[in-house]
Amino acid sequence: MTDPRKAVALISGGLDSLLAARLMLDQGIHVEGINFFTGFCVEGHTHAIRKQHRERPKRNNALWSAEQLGVKLHIIEVIEEYKQVVINPKHGYGAHLNPCLDCKGFMVGKAREWMEAHGFDFIVTGEVIGQRPNSQRRDTMPVVARESGAFDRLLRPLSARLLPPTLPEREGWVDREKLLDLNGRNRKPQMALAAHYGFHDYAQPAGGCCFLTDANYSRRLSDLWETRGTKQYEFDDIMLLKIGRHLRPRPHFKLIVGREEGENRFLAGYRRQFIHLSAVSHEGPLVLLDGEAADEDLELAARITARFGQGRAAERVTVEVTDRSGGARRLTVAPLPAEEIPEGWYL
Amino acid sequence: MSRHQLDARRLLCPMPVIRTQNRIQALLPGDELEVHCTDPGALHDIPAWCRLHGHEVVSASSTGDAVTVVVRVATNRDRA
Repeated sequence: MTDPRKAVALISGGLDSLLAARLMLDQGIHVEGINFFTGFCVEGHTHAIRKQHRERPKRNNALWSAEQLGVKLHIIEVIEEYKQVVINPKHGYGAHLNPCLDCKGFMVGKAREWMEAHGFDFIVTGEVIGQRPNSQRRDTMPVVARESGAFDRLLRPLSARLLPPTLPEREGWVDREKLLDLNGRNRKPQMALAAHYGFHDYAQPAGGCCFLTDANYSRRLSDLWETRGTKQYEFDDIMLLKIGRHLRPRPHFKLIVGREEGENRFLAGYRRQFIHLSAVSHEGPLVLLDGEAADEDLELAARITARFGQGRAAERVTVEVTDRSGGARRLTVAPLPAEEIPEGWYL
Repeated sequence: MSRHQLDARRLLCPMPVIRTQNRIQALLPGDELEVHCTDPGALHDIPAWCRLHGHEVVSASSTGDAVTVVVRVATNRDRA
């Protein structure tokens, strides 16, 4: 008996990739999953940080999918390499700062490298023609296959019968007739298939699994690039964009305001990298100041800090301001009334 | 068999799993890895990853914000 052919399946944690991998297992293919962490993944970060979300059941959806399938999952960190995709996408952005087509090509390309390094035969994705306006169209599917270098070793089981036969189909490793012909944004066929396989608790992320598809997040990232005058970022930058309220009261500084205890604790880990503020006369948030601030700016930052704490209705609130070297001073200020915070300050 | 430590504190999901995965690849069968985390999700994610790859979870516990998971590396050389 010959060893089964081996496929590496991109597992996002969503339903389509789960089903695509399951179809391969049905055909006797040895499947292992691969999942990429770009730094922008919506995978429990804010839930992990925000204390109020800690009561909810929490899981990594890609790991959950792999457990449903009974396959190994390899989670690969690609934070540095992924920067080129976000900063300079060859195919441009989608509705926000989501470089979906470049992203797909990048991830399939990384899967191809993994496939070659580990002696696997082909790559499987959960892509469906017409599912996404940018990256999952009939005319962009060949682009991903070509630019990733995977070519005909890239199989999309959910739409395969609408696409030219790939190497695994031509060689008879998989039976094309048992693959699907899904097309479009209708999710009912996938939901029916999930019910058939007994997958009930799968993730259904609104807007996908990436922060770059989120309008608010993209606005914050745009602001970061504009104010720094360069289209670069570090991992800590993109993490902080996920946390707290962000306000830019002046062009040369912005404030990151913790919204609850968990966020305050997370932001506290960055205290030495930022000027930071917190009320000492009342309960309130930890606030990081990103940028440079003169004395009048610090007073404004202190008034905003006071506004988001328990002393918001008090006449005066004492706020401690600590610089990056740990030097602290106290300012006693009037909390800034909510109506004096223009909507345009919020990022 | 030797015991190793991994500091994954302040890292958020899925980084504690990735660090655990990468560290285990460099260990020998039977070695133990004690992973220290602060993300409560690690209490579930690291054992889930271990189940998939055949590694034994010796213990998994949390006290306040501290999560500690002890993993024994699989003796099966076919592990990933």
